[in-house]
Amino acid sequence: MRVTFTVNGRRQEADDVWEGESLLYVLRERMGLPGSKNACEQGECGSCTVRLDGVPVCSCLVAAGQAEGREVVTVEGLADFARQRAESGGCASGACGTSIDEAQRWQARPADSQTGEGAELSPIQQAFIDAGAVQCGFCTPGLLVAADELLERNDSPSDADIREALSGNLCRCTGYEKILDAVRLAAARGEHRTAGQGA
Amino acid sequence: MAGKETRLATAPGRTPTSLTQGGQTKAGIGESTLRPDGTLKVTGEFAYSSDMWHEDMLWGYTLRSTTAHAEIRSIDTSEALATSGVYAVLTYDDLPTDVKNYGLEIQDTPVLAHGKVRHHGEPVALVAADHPETARRAAAKIKIDYAELPVVTDEASATAEGAPLVHENRDDHHVGHVPHPNIVHRQPIVRGNAAEAAEKADVIVSGEYVFGMQDQAFLGPESGLAVPGEDGGVDLYVATQWLHSDLRQIAPVLGLPPEKVRMTLSGVGGAFGGREDLSMQIHACLLALRTGKPVKIVYNRFESFFGHVHRHPAKLWYEHGATKDGKLTHLKCRIVLDGGAYASASPAVVGNASSLAVGPYVVDDVDIEAIALYSNNPPCGAMRGFGAVQACFAYEAQMDKVAKKLGMDPVEFRQLNAMEQGTIMPTGQPVDSPAPVAELLRRVKAMPLPPEQQWLTAGAGADVRALPGGLSNTTHGEDVVRGIGYAVGIKNVGFSEGFDDYSTARVRMEVVGGVPVATVHTAMAEVGQGGVTVHAQIARTELGVQQVTIQPADTRVGSAGSTSASRQTYVTGGAVKNTCEHVREQVLDIGRRKFGTYHPAWATAELLLEGGKVVTDGGEVLANLADVLEDEAVDLELEWRHRPTEPFDLHTGQGNGHVQYSFAAHRAVVEVDTGLGLVKVIELACAQDVGKALNPLSVVGQIQGGTTQGLGVAVMEEIIVDPKTAKVRNPSFTDYLIPTILDTPTIPVDVLELADEHAPYGLRGIGEAPTLSSTPAVLAAIRNATGLELNKTPVRPEHLTGT
Ligand code: FES
Ligand code: FES
Repeated sequence: MRVTFTVNGRRQEADDVWEGESLLYVLRERMGLPGSKNACEQGECGSCTVRLDGVPVCSCLVAAGQAEGREVVTVEGLADFARQRAESGGCASGACGTSIDEAQRWQARPADSQTGEGAELSPIQQAFIDAGAVQCGFCTPGLLVAADELLERNDSPSDADIREALSGNLCRCTGYEKILDAVRLAAARGEHRTAGQGA
Repeated sequence: MAGKETRLATAPGRTPTSLTQGGQTKAGIGESTLRPDGTLKVTGEFAYSSDMWHEDMLWGYTLRSTTAHAEIRSIDTSEALATSGVYAVLTYDDLPTDVKNYGLEIQDTPVLAHGKVRHHGEPVALVAADHPETARRAAAKIKIDYAELPVVTDEASATAEGAPLVHENRDDHHVGHVPHPNIVHRQPIVRGNAAEAAEKADVIVSGEYVFGMQDQAFLGPESGLAVPGEDGGVDLYVATQWLHSDLRQIAPVLGLPPEKVRMTLSGVGGAFGGREDLSMQIHACLLALRTGKPVKIVYNRFESFFGHVHRHPAKLWYEHGATKDGKLTHLKCRIVLDGGAYASASPAVVGNASSLAVGPYVVDDVDIEAIALYSNNPPCGAMRGFGAVQACFAYEAQMDKVAKKLGMDPVEFRQLNAMEQGTIMPTGQPVDSPAPVAELLRRVKAMPLPPEQQWLTAGAGADVRALPGGLSNTTHGEDVVRGIGYAVGIKNVGFSEGFDDYSTARVRMEVVGGVPVATVHTAMAEVGQGGVTVHAQIARTELGVQQVTIQPADTRVGSAGSTSASRQTYVTGGAVKNTCEHVREQVLDIGRRKFGTYHPAWATAELLLEGGKVVTDGGEVLANLADVLEDEAVDLELEWRHRPTEPFDLHTGQGNGHVQYSFAAHRAVVEVDTGLGLVKVIELACAQDVGKALNPLSVVGQIQGGTTQGLGVAVMEEIIVDPKTAKVRNPSFTDYLIPTILDTPTIPVDVLELADEHAPYGLRGIGEAPTLSSTPAVLAAIRNATGLELNKTPVRPEHLTGT
């Protein structure tokens, strides 16, 4: 079957998709967006978390066909998504995304970007780096998408709020302390403040 | 850079990239420099092994045995092969050479089962197809006729008279000294006279302890891509802990010379010992060579549980004696590790468990024996802590028991018996660097305790999220009690027992765009630990440059040894430092040649490279590096070794077997709902000596991560193997639980830096020690809260409620 949906503000089409393929598989293997990770493919680890019409979901549990006509944001689109949210002053509708105009200008980052120093990052991405919350980094994309959504809803979460929001994301390397630090840091830096209004 | 080489295979669509970092001011050793791969990892661009992709690639899949021990009567692949979209189906009969087994030390692991299967989940056949689901469905059509055999699952069944032999025709070098062919290796350690010393004891305490089978549960699944080359060779992009060890095992099976198996490390999503053994490496290469197409294999979580070795479950018997005034008199102990169906790292795990069985204490009279079994359980091998973890669980429980019997404070009792620099190990080896065991205990005890929770004090309303049972809203604190427990441990650093534990680094220094830059190339596996960060820090410190490029790890440079045993910063860090020092000397020679006549300091002073300049140790600037080098480049590849070790004597266990030790202490605070049997760890504080923190941020991250894995095994993690059938019952993240952010408490860390004069910069390996003591600390805290004995990991609700 053919599946058409919007990924990071860009219309995407996949042909010959087998009915059982997950959204995660289609993103990773058909659309060249391997940022969402495949750690368990059974909805237990959160590494594959993306936003589907604004709602964080385990993309390994979403059949590709279920995404038909909908908006998906992955870690690859997080920086654009956050910037746009900051500019537009919020995302209460959950329909944040890239405008058609921007989508047409969208380009994947070059694959040989080395460390990507100087790349534009969303506040939560920068905070993960600064706080040392990335070790192997396999859990990171899913955690970033989940944490970004938390901060969108709640710009000054308590530790208990953070723990609750990230409880569906496993990390085997860090012991979570620095992940907590990263979310606290992003909240303290306040870049999400405008975003939370009206939510 | 190694320059452009002719690729003999077409490169995949995404490959591991080099990492260039510059422009940071805080960037030398001792600074919390940020990871050079951080941005790639937070944007989703970092190329992990499961992200490898090739335009024309096929998907490989492994068919695994559904039974633990059986003779294979026949395998029928015809229907699978006839499936549309299938390109190859391989079994044992298709292996290209006479080398059909591999293994880290003993070549006892079949690439594909031949004749029989020895454990549940053993690879039997391979399929390559154009879609992963096609491959899975085709594999399901392979018909295997198994004739079940009886299983051995523990020491009693393995050594019983007439027990089936897991390996009938052993010819490895351990078989001559083991008491039974179902025992892989045995190491006794005898020093002094434990029987005589026992007579001086005023109290004697014994105990039997059971340590469950833990899984590394790294998040990035076993995966990689094999691309066949035009020369008949193969390019393999894979996540591993040691490229050259893989290569040594892969090439003979494929019948290829090592230089035709070109390996590149792709992004590794955690390892913790689970990637020391091969998983899909040979399988992907076989399928690629057979089909002539690139083949990608990605395990799902179910397969991952079968695709790597686990931590050895263990049974441990301990007897300690002590005098009234609190001095340990002797130790007798016996440790039985279950190695499962194949040897993997079992012999070395035995060496560690026995030589570290006493823990960080002074006991002159010991009688120790450790063995590892062959059984039909899942194979066990390396995992963070490597044999020292199981022993620490038992000796720390014993320390609390002895202290209690003497009426002493458990921390003071430990401090009274703590080893220190100069202590002689039970192996006869003197500890010749700082061993701050008493100090670490003092520090961890001195940390402020977390505040009492309100339901333990005023009876005020509780935030149920903070209670045992958490979000499940199971209690309001009625049956909740608090406990505190302590533990400390000792772990060896590096490979022991005479192993040639070297590493290799290639360093190039040149001027690019008027700026001096360094390029570091090693085969070190970056598995998340931060080696790439530290290598750049070392190069900056030694060469006075700002910009450093870390090349992808591959087999075009010499071996770096394994990223395990807490050794990589020591050994490959040491190799990078050493090569940089030689590069520096050559750079200075160029400088002397060019400018030596202009300033006498070139000949007389100690010269350093700093801030892109040549300076004297007095701080006088002699030249810019850019002017010294101009268009010359200095490029060196050198091996580096730490001081050698020697094997343990097979009968007495005596020998200078270890390179270095590392020490960590934990204090756990837990709350237990005694009605429901639920445990909440409130805080798990750690104090650790790291010798020298090359990157303090990473050091703390490693300690917190190691601590959490120890917490996991204390309260939830266990691979459950049916004792009758030896089948694994819980190979999924639904049933094998690892700590979530809700299960993991605050982990305050106190880092001590007492330099080891024998190590580069005085550093001490850090990755494993925190995994040792966190488990017994949590157990001690639960015992303290409940008064129960609790001699088994993990503690389950039924152990706490007696149901
Ligand atoms: S990969 Fe989707 S939840 Fe684990
Ligand atoms: S950083 Fe490795 S799993 Fe989280």
